[in-house]
Amino acid sequence: MQNLTNRSVMVSDKKMTFMERIYIPAILKGMSITISHFFSKKTTISYPEQKREFSKVYRGQHVLKRDDQGRERCTACGLCAVACPAEAITMKAAERKPGEEHLYREEKYAAIYEINMLRCIYCGDCEDACPKEAIFLTDRIVASQYKRAPFVYGKDILVEPLDPNLRIDISARQTEAVHEFKLVKRFAHNK
Amino acid sequence: MDLTTLIFKTIFLFIILLVTLIVAMYSTYGERKVAAFMQDRRGPNRAGPFGLLQPLADGLKMFMKEEIIPLTANRKLFIIGPSIAMTTALLTGVVIPWGGSLTIGGKEFSLQIADLNIGILYVFAMVSIGVYGIMIGGWASNNKYALLGAIRAASQMISYELAMGMSIIALVLTTGSLSLHEIVSQQHGMHWNIFYQPLGFFIFITCAFAETNRAPFDLPECETELIGGYHTEYSSMKLGFYLFAEYINMFISSAVIATLYFGGYNMPFLDDLGLAQNTVTLLGTGFFFMKIFAMIFLFMWIRWTLPRFRYDQLMNLGWKGLIPMAIFNIMATGIYYFFTELT
Amino acid sequence: MIFLFYFLSAIMIICALAVVFSKNPINNVIYLIVCFLAMAGHYILLNAQFLAVVHVIVYTGAIMVLFLFVIMLLNLNKAIILRKSTVTRVSAVITGGIFFLVLLAATRQTFEIHARYPFTSEFGLVTGIGTVLFNEFLLPFEMSSILFISAMVGALMLGKKDV
Repeated sequence: MQNLTNRSVMVSDKKMTFMERIYIPAILKGMSITISHFFSKKTTISYPEQKREFSKVYRGQHVLKRDDQGRERCTACGLCAVACPAEAITMKAAERKPGEEHLYREEKYAAIYEINMLRCIYCGDCEDACPKEAIFLTDRIVASQYKRAPFVYGKDILVEPLDPNLRIDISARQTEAVHEFKLVKRFAHNK
Repeated sequence: MDLTTLIFKTIFLFIILLVTLIVAMYSTYGERKVAAFMQDRRGPNRAGPFGLLQPLADGLKMFMKEEIIPLTANRKLFIIGPSIAMTTALLTGVVIPWGGSLTIGGKEFSLQIADLNIGILYVFAMVSIGVYGIMIGGWASNNKYALLGAIRAASQMISYELAMGMSIIALVLTTGSLSLHEIVSQQHGMHWNIFYQPLGFFIFITCAFAETNRAPFDLPECETELIGGYHTEYSSMKLGFYLFAEYINMFISSAVIATLYFGGYNMPFLDDLGLAQNTVTLLGTGFFFMKIFAMIFLFMWIRWTLPRFRYDQLMNLGWKGLIPMAIFNIMATGIYYFFTELT
Repeated sequence: MIFLFYFLSAIMIICALAVVFSKNPINNVIYLIVCFLAMAGHYILLNAQFLAVVHVIVYTGAIMVLFLFVIMLLNLNKAIILRKSTVTRVSAVITGGIFFLVLLAATRQTFEIHARYPFTSEFGLVTGIGTVLFNEFLLPFEMSSILFISAMVGALMLGKKDV
């Protein structure tokens, strides 16, 4: 049979030589390996003080973006909920009342928008599905909890703050290439 | 023995007890650090600076844990087991010469609690009684795994005691004395016994690994096969006693090895410095502890390098490897001294 | 000193009685171990440190461990009392009686030995025992080692299934 790699070794049952049988050279060799590791650089990252660098497109906790004037982009179309393979997203739509134009960008908005973080598999399909550039996954880590209930994140956690300084930066994810890709995808059914 | 000597000995006894316990305590920390470093990790570093308070936290945890005695266990023996293990482990430190002699107020005090003229044999006796702690505890647990661990411990310790004793006989042939104090003072200068008895040293240290139940001979508590071995059913501080006794044994056997083969508190250049006698003694004790710590590090180094032996390999090594080698060593030493004494 | 003597003797007698009367074999062995340790204490009182330590190593540390070992493996938790025939009992009594006589004779001999070996501070230490053993009692000493070897070979022969 052809070898798949050049690392495979034939198992043999040969008699050990005297030097092999007394084991001492092998033991010393092993000890020299461990002592070299004793002085080598440690690979551990001491977490709270020191953080591992995330990938630019890390998929962590979601954010519901606002537009430049601080209005919520989400129109509660429900495409993200349909796209979600884990069925983690639920929402309830409501009609924008007169006088709420500064809060919601379009006439329809999500009154309730919930993601169950225990169900979510962080695949990013909701982000791909979103036609309004409203939902994005960020490099924030979902905090651990003692109970299940707090893992259902509502709008209070998901929507980014109004304060322009506290906005969540998603520029790494919302590149021109991504925009192009989504545009093509939106009209894919017309081809 | 007059009163001042008695008081000195009592104080010294308590110091030795304290030092033994502290060293054993920090051996657990050292073990975890060494293990971590050898596996490219950092080890305990959260409790205190560099994790130095970790042993205290562990001890506190052990005390706080719920004490469980199984219903089917033999209550009395279940409690006696760890007590024997701990007591015999602590008793051995009595005969080890921790240093030369201090002169305080014109009186000379030896830094050894009891200079028995059969010091080595006393160490052996304590080690051989130490088996009971494991055996009784393992049996009293009324658990298959504990019993198997206990039986493994007993057969392993009996097998390796023979080879250990024989390696000591060859050593005694060269020194001509069984007193540890005498053996140490004979190694003054660079006349360390390891140069005269290299094979004996090798046999002795291998047996010391087996006697202290350390890897690669930790079959009595081999967790992959026997869950926890003889201390499977133990919890709380009784478990702590067993684990602690292991580290005390390691410390004591390191001390014995340093005494027998590495010149104890002797250091070749120490006498040439022209220091006062008390300073020399204290420095000697310091060097003795450095030798002990080096030995403890060797114990740990080997533990985190070698995989565990299989049981039949262990017995083969003991009976077919070490004992014939030890007999050969005795004969070679005997023949050498027979001819050198004659001429 | 005399207090220690009585203390150790009391422990020895109580433990020896417990060995005979206790039903649980494991307890029997443990009482015997305590008895042996007390005996080692007696040796020390007689200034025979070497004998004391060797006693602890050989009897307490090795032989009794093997006893305990065997009893643990035999699983004698439920006390099995074998009915013995009259012949066995009578022969047991006779053997015990003869052994007692031998002991008595040996004890009588010691009075004579006391005179031959006057008590010194070196008495019972390694040097003293070694000198006596390898000069005066060399033949019995070597004979006993041959006896041990033959016993070991015999045990091996019995242990092997097909020879």
